[in-house]
Amino acid sequence: MTLLDDLHRGADDLATSESSREVAAVSISGRVIRRRGFSVRLDPRAIGVCVGLAGLIVIVGLWSISVGDFPIPISDVVATLLGNPTEDSEFIVGTLRMPRVLVGTGVGAAFGMSGAIFQSLVRNPLGSPDIIGFTGGAALGAVVMIVYFEASALQVSIGAVAGGLIAAVLVYLLAWKRGVQAYRLVLVGIGAGFAISAVIDYMITRAEINDVQRAAVWLTGSLNGRSWDEVRIVVVALAVLGPLAVLMQRNLDRLDLGDDTAAGLGVNVGRAKLMLVLVGVGLAALGVAAAGPVAFVAFVSGPIARRLVSSPRACIVPAAFVGALVTVVADLAARRLLAPTELPVGIMTALIGAPYLLWLLTRQARTGAL
Amino acid sequence: MTATLTESNGTASARLRAKSVSLAYDDHVVVDHLDLDIPDGKVTAIIGPNACGKSTLLRALARLLRPSSGHVVLDGELIHKRPTKDVARRLGLLPQTPIAPEGITVVDLVARGRTPHQKLFQQWSTSDEAAVSAALEATGTSALADRAVDELSGGQRQRVWIAMALAQETELLLLDEPTTFLDIAHQIDVLDLVDELNRDRGRTVVIVLHDLNLACRYADHVVAMRDGGIVAVGRPAEVITAETVRDVFGLDSMVIEDPVSSTPLVVPISARRENAPNLPSTQRLGAETETRS
Amino acid sequence: MGPTTESTGAPRTVRHIEPAVGGQPAGWSWRTVGVIVLVAAVFSAMLLSLAVGAKTIPWGTVIDAVTAYDVEVTDHLIVRELRMPRTVLGLLVGGALGMAGALMQGVTRNPLADPGLLGVNAGASFAVVVAIWSFGITSVSGLVWFAFVGAALTSVVVFVLGTAGRGGATPVRLALAGAALASLLFALTRAVTLLDQSTLDQFRFWSVGSLAGRGTDVAGHVAPFIVVGAVLAIGAARQLNALALGEDAARALGTRIQMTRLVSVVGITLLCGSAVAAAGPIGFVGLVVPHTVRAWFGPDQQWLIPTSALAGAAFLLLCDTAGRVIARPGEVQVGIMTAAIGGPAFVVLVRRTRMAQL
Repeated sequence: MTLLDDLHRGADDLATSESSREVAAVSISGRVIRRRGFSVRLDPRAIGVCVGLAGLIVIVGLWSISVGDFPIPISDVVATLLGNPTEDSEFIVGTLRMPRVLVGTGVGAAFGMSGAIFQSLVRNPLGSPDIIGFTGGAALGAVVMIVYFEASALQVSIGAVAGGLIAAVLVYLLAWKRGVQAYRLVLVGIGAGFAISAVIDYMITRAEINDVQRAAVWLTGSLNGRSWDEVRIVVVALAVLGPLAVLMQRNLDRLDLGDDTAAGLGVNVGRAKLMLVLVGVGLAALGVAAAGPVAFVAFVSGPIARRLVSSPRACIVPAAFVGALVTVVADLAARRLLAPTELPVGIMTALIGAPYLLWLLTRQARTGAL
Repeated sequence: MTATLTESNGTASARLRAKSVSLAYDDHVVVDHLDLDIPDGKVTAIIGPNACGKSTLLRALARLLRPSSGHVVLDGELIHKRPTKDVARRLGLLPQTPIAPEGITVVDLVARGRTPHQKLFQQWSTSDEAAVSAALEATGTSALADRAVDELSGGQRQRVWIAMALAQETELLLLDEPTTFLDIAHQIDVLDLVDELNRDRGRTVVIVLHDLNLACRYADHVVAMRDGGIVAVGRPAEVITAETVRDVFGLDSMVIEDPVSSTPLVVPISARRENAPNLPSTQRLGAETETRS
Repeated sequence: MGPTTESTGAPRTVRHIEPAVGGQPAGWSWRTVGVIVLVAAVFSAMLLSLAVGAKTIPWGTVIDAVTAYDVEVTDHLIVRELRMPRTVLGLLVGGALGMAGALMQGVTRNPLADPGLLGVNAGASFAVVVAIWSFGITSVSGLVWFAFVGAALTSVVVFVLGTAGRGGATPVRLALAGAALASLLFALTRAVTLLDQSTLDQFRFWSVGSLAGRGTDVAGHVAPFIVVGAVLAIGAARQLNALALGEDAARALGTRIQMTRLVSVVGITLLCGSAVAAAGPIGFVGLVVPHTVRAWFGPDQQWLIPTSALAGAAFLLLCDTAGRVIARPGEVQVGIMTAAIGGPAFVVLVRRTRMAQL
């Protein structure tokens, strides 16, 4: 009957003559699938973008696994993955590079989604998990573990997540005064950020230089030495948080209309925002635990995803793919650019992300519309 | 402030009521112990000077604001005890400055109005489609369906927002200053639409308005507020008198009969201009108008 | 509030920023009181800075050291050779940062703008790191010029980038260009420090921000730039007030918008660049001092700029002194103290008062 056509119907098709006698077909954007009382709306362009990005991620991933101080031809890489390893490749592919690429993908996806959530929540392209003090707290936790406890990598991760969560909760509570308004949250986040950075600076000026170096590497965000342990953590956490984030897309769409309108449409605004913050922080925690605070991924993924999908919505799932791709590409570049020295991935993401932002700026005719 | 009731409406039913409601922002009391019944099936206009609390009152009625004392009752139950989705199925709201996401099309925006009826796996049912289609038609915006909302003119945009509230399919509709910033043709346009919605489907409409004369024209029931309290409540002809206008706005005026709609028409007399010599004095005219209606 | 005093139909976009204290618009008396308080604070801070430290020196001796200097007396030496240069530098740097912050918030129309947004800190850091790495320079006086040039170049680039495209250097563009360039430079800085451990070792101390170990020559180097920057700042104040009303209104008032922005950016660069060059990147002062001062004095830049200078100077000196006391006989660098004290204080302020809205 009145099933929908694709989104390229022009306004002319909805001529009023059609609608005068019967209810006209409504060309809502996207495709609708209806079966037995259930209906789902899909955006074909978003799906296409995600599939395309996934393909790119696989290509770059394979390439990344094959290059290095011991180059391995891609055919061998594929063979190893399919269970037919050669003698050289098993260790390098299986133990060294594969986990690294997988962790990079997972972390990039987590940061990408987290950034998209926060940017939409504060309605500002400069929003990120930083504002809630999470990144600062995580940094503090990690540095404490490194400098005072000579901690192992796992312990550093735990310290980071704990520090980040504590800081985020503190900032949220401090900003709570009969509800949380965006600007007070930002201000408190800034104040907390200063206090935290002071403590970190204090420790860095008093610590032994080796610890300082280790801390500096962690603070930049690095995928060095990531093993299957980290892959497991990332996969499990993403399996839980990922679907939650996808569900959050609906809340974000509704909050898009402004708090009042959203409340008028039946959204429990306070609870929706809290859920969003929790999921956003959770994803950031996941990323930080696995790789440290990789710069810029959270920041650029959302805007890039929105431009690719050409949609006014927050695009959480595409942002995940964008983040993953950016991270994997950056890690490849970080490993090979100054070979044999390996740079931490966080440096490359900044070197990619910053010019991108500048480019966006010069192209933008309207201000504030990222 | 005590409400001056010039007509008892005890016989009319009211699904939405405010009972001794006090509203405050951060210790600053905006509305103080106010009682108000919204008559069903009628258009109620809330008028008053800036910062008298009319928008605040509307927000409280729409469950956006929690009263610091007293309560708002919807269909016999405290509105704050009802789940948000439940309220959204009974009561639609158009806030003062609604935000449209950049680049959203008319159809998509109106479709958002179906949110209270949708679930995770019921994202776009046939009834959703029908409701949106009907809403677009009722507001005359079907031809604009694929256009981006930010490209539309002020009047068109306002009609689209009303379409969104319509798509919600509620029996009560609350509109917060829907005509401010619109030119006169568009103001009449929007209010005619509101009037039609009320007549055709018996929807209860509560509308906060700045323009006294439009309120008189389109409302069945007028609530005049000042300083957080109700000064007068009732039919426009009874409520809008020169005394009330002076009480509420501090403005001298002449109230005559609108030659088109036979409702009260407020003609302001500014402090600088003295009474025109040929016209009878204000008070006598006011008395004449009252007896005529 | 009688209805007759209100105008109907006032455009909703005009925001009335009220000072949080007292809830009344700041009239002349409030402001004069404020200025007196600030001046007194600066003087007390100066005196404390001279008297207090790893060793507390009695007032009499301090005054003697200034008026009747005797080279033989150790206490006089401490006051004259160590603490006076430090105090003078603290005054200059704190004042410069406060003023730069007020300017920055004025030119970007954003009460959350920090002078670091122009990339000044990032540029200075990168230049310093390059100096340490390539030329092995480690003395502060040697690094001053590198830092200053790095800061200046960066803000020029940011301004040019912010001006690209239509509309000129709007606040959002400047902020974004600055953020982007700062991230880029910080990443490069970090790359260098990770490649060479001895560079990291030197750099980490500079990057914290400190007034220690800077002789009178450092203050002498930067003072002229700070003075010029201050003059530009005060000169731009009135135009910035007009700009705060929005571009259209400002133009109607005869403001030359691009010129004002240019002058402001140059002022910020001179002030902030000098501060960073002399003392390393010190955070918080440029952001929060003007923000807080506005709560008392209102948004008039002609008051904000000088009072932010006073408040910044007092705050910095107090933090420096506290840093010397807290960890006797060692000291905690002032950059750490400003953030450690300022951060929580800011949070308290945000909770207590209704600070100027975003």
